[in-house]
Amino acid sequence: MDWIALSLSLKLAALTVLILLPVGIWVARWLAFGTFRGKGVVEAALALPLVLPPTVIGYYLLVGFGAASPIGDLWMRLFGRALVFSFEGLLLASVIVNLPFAIQPMQRAFEAIPRDVREAGAVSGLSPWQVLARIDLPLAWPGIVTGLVLTFAHTLGEFGVVLMVGGSIPGETRTVAIAIYDRVQAFDNAGAGAMSLLLLTLSLLALSITYMLSARVGRRHG
Amino acid sequence: MVEAALSISLSQPGPIPLDASIVAEAGVVMALVGPSGSGKTTILRAVAGLYRPRHGRVVVNGAVWLDTERGIDVPPHQRRVGMVFQSYALFPHLTALGNVMAALGHLPAAERRARALTLLGRVHLSGFEDRKPAALSGGQQQRVAVARALARDPDVLLLDEPFSAVDKVTRQRLYVELRDLTLSLSLPILFVTHDFDEAARVAGRMCLIDQGRVIQSGTPREVLARPVSARAAALVDLKNVFSARVVRRERGRIWLDWAGRSIEADAPPETMAAIAQGQALSWAIPATQVLISRTDVSVADETPNRFAATISDLVHLSESVSVKVTLDGPDRPELSMTLPAHYARRTGLVAGSAVTIALMPDGIHLMRDA
Repeated sequence: MDWIALSLSLKLAALTVLILLPVGIWVARWLAFGTFRGKGVVEAALALPLVLPPTVIGYYLLVGFGAASPIGDLWMRLFGRALVFSFEGLLLASVIVNLPFAIQPMQRAFEAIPRDVREAGAVSGLSPWQVLARIDLPLAWPGIVTGLVLTFAHTLGEFGVVLMVGGSIPGETRTVAIAIYDRVQAFDNAGAGAMSLLLLTLSLLALSITYMLSARVGRRHG
Repeated sequence: MVEAALSISLSQPGPIPLDASIVAEAGVVMALVGPSGSGKTTILRAVAGLYRPRHGRVVVNGAVWLDTERGIDVPPHQRRVGMVFQSYALFPHLTALGNVMAALGHLPAAERRARALTLLGRVHLSGFEDRKPAALSGGQQQRVAVARALARDPDVLLLDEPFSAVDKVTRQRLYVELRDLTLSLSLPILFVTHDFDEAARVAGRMCLIDQGRVIQSGTPREVLARPVSARAAALVDLKNVFSARVVRRERGRIWLDWAGRSIEADAPPETMAAIAQGQALSWAIPATQVLISRTDVSVADETPNRFAATISDLVHLSESVSVKVTLDGPDRPELSMTLPAHYARRTGLVAGSAVTIALMPDGIHLMRDA
């Protein structure tokens, strides 16, 4: 078992979830309650990571974060190191790749709140922040948790994008999924097997939680 | 001049056409009635701040809530409105008590619970405080919605078809409760409905809305019995509306040519002033103002407006009989009337009976054609 890879994976997943919690809620509410021109295009762009091969996403992120790119250049000037093949670059890639996993369940949950219930909050004297805290979040939390659990599980299992953007630097970018690949390459089937079993268990657990939560949402609005 | 408790003026060409000015007094229930899509709910939403019209002004007790010319648009949570939504829109995750307390944010936290309990008691829901909306009947949910609307201590109460989701028996009871409640409130109340009987039961004033315009306002009795135009008559589903032409007008009485028949009608001075010789207009007679007899029409009689007719349909209701007659003549117009059940029985009226009908001149209502 590669404990360094495991702790790196858990750290990456936890930070991705932490960033996508506010970002996901904000974008999901905007998409659920807003009506604007080009909404479909925004939704499609956010869903791209679901359909594109990880190598394609990884390629664009590599180009986008590279030293020659504005983002990579700015990063280099601010922190004196490259964004690609670093943990920070990996985290940024992870956030982008996980946008649809976080946002879509949250958006569906917000959309399930009847419009007049939110309006009733406003005419009852609740400010927009109070509507968020006292109506939106209590009613949409199963969808929010689902989005975060999916993000966590998906980050643990991400392989292609990590390999493209991060490589396999121990302690910096070598996650469990990469470590498994390395173990198999090195004919260490026992090590690969132990880590695979761990990922399998974690993923099953995460998916069970999301299915139980969606059943809960279905009951409430059914 | 003292400004009314609530004055609304809204106008926009689309997407929902609006051109309405409404003034409501405190302590009076004002019904906004009209067909689906007439814009009545949009008017309500504009008062609450949930809909922003292109041009508009909403003033409540001197406070300007909306004035598009001056760029004023107070957000909904800062307008003191109580609103009962058509589907009640209760917060599903909160109990009845929690729903009411959510609207008490203007009170110190320590006072909210007691106030919410008082309000729930006022709508006869004591004992149901801890139930969530899903565990309440339709009528009980409606009461929670009313209590929540009152909790804001509102300057205006807005009711959007509040009875449409409950059964008929519950509705009858809620009418009485709402009437009692509104009598104790001294604030303007706007009540949207498409049901004229409901409006007449609950409201003291009524605005008839059609395509975003107020085409008539007055007491429900006036609007329902004396529509200003043929369109208004059609909207209030007034029976017995016909077209005619003015042939003579003299001292409070008007003679009409009704497809070759001569009829005379009493006209109040304002109607006399508005009507010219030769003018085409519509007239209507309520079902209760048509007399029927079995005497032959040729028998000499002083009564004006007598015509030979045949009963085409006769339906026995619980205490009355609904009768349709077809008048003789090439146009064969049909008139509806309501008779006491005993009268129909005593005279032996059945479908196919030949009868004479008389239209009471003081029951004939004259109105614009358009």
